Amino acid sequence: MNDRYQQLVNTPIGKIVSKQIGLPSPVKLERYERGQRVVSGPVLLGAAPGGRLAGATAKVLAAIDADVHTPLEEHVRTAAADARLDAKVFNPEAAPEDQAFKALVFDATGIERSEQLRELWAFFHPTIRRVRQSGRVIVLGTTPGDCKRPRQATAQRALEGFLRSVGKEVRKGATAQLIYVDAKAESQIESTLRFCLSPKSAYVSGQVVQIGISAMSANGIDWELPLAGKLALVTGASRGIGKAIAKVLARDGAHVLGVDVPGLHGELEETIGALSGSALMVDITGDDAPARIATYLLEEHGGVDVVVHNAGVTRDKTLGRMDEDRWNTVLSVNLTAQERIGDELLARDVIRENGRIVCVSSMSGIAGNAGQANYAASKAGVIGMVESMAAPVAKKGLTINAVAPGFIETQMTATMPIAAREAGRRMNSLAQGGLPVDVAETIAWFASPASGGVNGNVVRVCAQSLIGA
Amino acid sequence: MNATARRVAVLGGIRIPFARQNGPYARASNQDMLTATLEALVGKFSLEGETLGDVAAGGVLKHSRDFNLTRESVLGTRLDPHTPAYDVQQACGTGLEAAILVANKIALGQIDSGIAGGFDTTSDAPIAINEDLRGVLLELGRAKSNTARLKALTKVRPGQIVPQLPRNAEPRTGLSMGEHAAIMATEWGVSRAEQDELTARSHRKLAAAYDTGFLDDLVVPFLGLERDQNLRPDTTVEKLAKLKPVFGGKEGTMTAGNSTPLSDGASVVLLSTDEWAAEHDIPVLAYLVDAQTAAVDHVHAREGLLMAPTYAVPKLLARNGMSLGDFDFYEIHEAFAAQVLCTLKAWSDPVYCRERLGLDAPLGHIDVDKLNTHGGSLAAGHPFGATGGRIVATLAKALKDFGPTTHRRHPHRPGRGLISICAAGGLGVAAIMEAA
Repeated sequence: MNDRYQQLVNTPIGKIVSKQIGLPSPVKLERYERGQRVVSGPVLLGAAPGGRLAGATAKVLAAIDADVHTPLEEHVRTAAADARLDAKVFNPEAAPEDQAFKALVFDATGIERSEQLRELWAFFHPTIRRVRQSGRVIVLGTTPGDCKRPRQATAQRALEGFLRSVGKEVRKGATAQLIYVDAKAESQIESTLRFCLSPKSAYVSGQVVQIGISAMSANGIDWELPLAGKLALVTGASRGIGKAIAKVLARDGAHVLGVDVPGLHGELEETIGALSGSALMVDITGDDAPARIATYLLEEHGGVDVVVHNAGVTRDKTLGRMDEDRWNTVLSVNLTAQERIGDELLARDVIRENGRIVCVSSMSGIAGNAGQANYAASKAGVIGMVESMAAPVAKKGLTINAVAPGFIETQMTATMPIAAREAGRRMNSLAQGGLPVDVAETIAWFASPASGGVNGNVVRVCAQSLIGA
Repeated sequence: MNATARRVAVLGGIRIPFARQNGPYARASNQDMLTATLEALVGKFSLEGETLGDVAAGGVLKHSRDFNLTRESVLGTRLDPHTPAYDVQQACGTGLEAAILVANKIALGQIDSGIAGGFDTTSDAPIAINEDLRGVLLELGRAKSNTARLKALTKVRPGQIVPQLPRNAEPRTGLSMGEHAAIMATEWGVSRAEQDELTARSHRKLAAAYDTGFLDDLVVPFLGLERDQNLRPDTTVEKLAKLKPVFGGKEGTMTAGNSTPLSDGASVVLLSTDEWAAEHDIPVLAYLVDAQTAAVDHVHAREGLLMAPTYAVPKLLARNGMSLGDFDFYEIHEAFAAQVLCTLKAWSDPVYCRERLGLDAPLGHIDVDKLNTHGGSLAAGHPFGATGGRIVATLAKALKDFGPTTHRRHPHRPGRGLISICAAGGLGVAAIMEAA
């Protein structure tokens, strides 16, 4: 699991050598620690004139007590003043060369024609080299499908190409995200802004998130313990990414019900015991598994708030060499079980109001991978499930989203051949692999009761990997 | 005691040209300059033998012996020696504050006429003896026996010969005025180009004020100087751009061009009631309507040293039911181009106006064409105490020339001017004047 290359290039000599011969130089990413501020440095807030999100963004920045700077433009300053944000003034023409920001946040919703895309250049050209290590670039736009006029939709769609390029240009562990916000969903941005600004999104970059309207409000939420009083079911919770998910959800205040196969009884008890959670031994592919889980949840806990479909297996072989068993096992664990359990929980109304379903897809599901036809089919199916279920679950006041991990440092990747491993690690914007906690933090953002507007999203936790991009 | 306040008329003022430090006035004392300026005012308004209600004047850099400088100056003029006088000191606000004090006494009915003024010399500056040596000498004076005297004298050290020079630094921060202004410039993102533009404009406007004869009866030659020594009528933004920064480090934006130079000079203005003016057959140019001082906590809070006028003006406007746009002239003392620009930015900034000034909306924008229309301190120079008098006299004359406004919405209201002066110690003084 050790990235020896990263350790080496971060030694004094390694830094010189890697710079001289142009090797990738991954920095140690900042990761969230409990009690930490959302942003540990100054934030520059900008906006295209006529936008609708500067005010809501300023309110979030005020709520996280950020040290905010803005250009001295009346529309941004008015938004800041209305949010009671005592924002400082930034003028790139007069600023010292070494003045840098932990985050650049730009409301691009005011851009209604392609000519106005110049606003992006005007804001980012003098500031993009002022992003600090593990910094954040966040652009907010209007969902193209929600735009009234074709020209507006065109201009808003252009944000994607801009943002993805920025993600590839920023250095030193910095990331970039685009947040599309539907009309009238301004009040739903807080959980997503907090996640994207904070070290919780360390390994998420180049992503496009869509936020829609929701009847649920984030008012009164304890951002340190957003899942307090909630029950979270996590399948495959005994080790790897599942274990990290259980830990992070517990950290956020949830009572975690870990589910795993009876064979992993010991490991599951150990993991869940440390989190003061509950364990349920069940093979999720079993015929009676959905009913057993639903009944257990209703009888023991009266229902469930968060369902994380994490359990997954690989049985890699090229298609010609793949026996049917490999095919069936992967599809039944990774996809069919999720569908069956989901259907049962929904049919019996086991998932409580403002509940969450979070699935784990994969970069392979997006890009495909030689030797993983079964796995890629299952993970692409997960994306299909998220897309097709988003509307029906929304009717019940729930959301469904998926993470798609890229190269995550686990026991599985540690045993990969070195060439494939190094390619996976370096061929992304951060030139390193992610950690299980990065996947878990993303899931925790989806799981938050404040994320009611985040539905039907597939967010890659892959540092903008070139694979499948 | 008078129950209702009386209108305070501004009858006019005069000043000597302002000189640069160690220039033509190098050997002139504050008293020399004030006496000469008062004497010029006496001549201008035929005040020989008049007993006025008060003469109030002051400066920033004064010798300890000058505890009664203004009174001594009055005794050196043709004014009746029964004219009382007192010294005033409020850093760069001195001159305007003196005018406010005289005006208030007139308004209250305590006096009918008075002169307000100010002066400063940075050339004939006081030099104090070394603080250690002063301690020794005071101990020597306290000693009652020869042994004790001898003991005190043994404490004299060669190093104590080094004198104490006056410093242009804030006592509580140790930073110079320029360094404070540089911090403000950075906070407000004021660019070098903006500052140089304002500076070049100030020189152009002052040069025009001389060339058109506007200043003919406002400035009287002194020691061979006829115009302000600092004035560079031919300066341009390009020329100013070549100057090296002097404050704010290598990347600083403040230069000797867009900061006021240390200067020497004096100015005075004559104030009275309408009746006194009529009795003396002196036309009234303008009225001093109201004034407001304010202070900021530049030591502990995140507040710029020279931002106090931004607090004074909204209070003044609110009390008089006016808004920032209701003026035909804005006289903002150009201590530094950056100070003026920070002030303008602050008043139009929703965040500053809400968070600092407690206003629901920005105070407003100022039409730059109405700002310091006859030049400002950047061009004229800034003898600390003399700036207020220069501005009040200039504005009074400008208002007289302007007459009633031709503004669509207020066709008959008298022309109005707003004065804003920043001062050391986080102080600010503001005043409203109206055409007669």
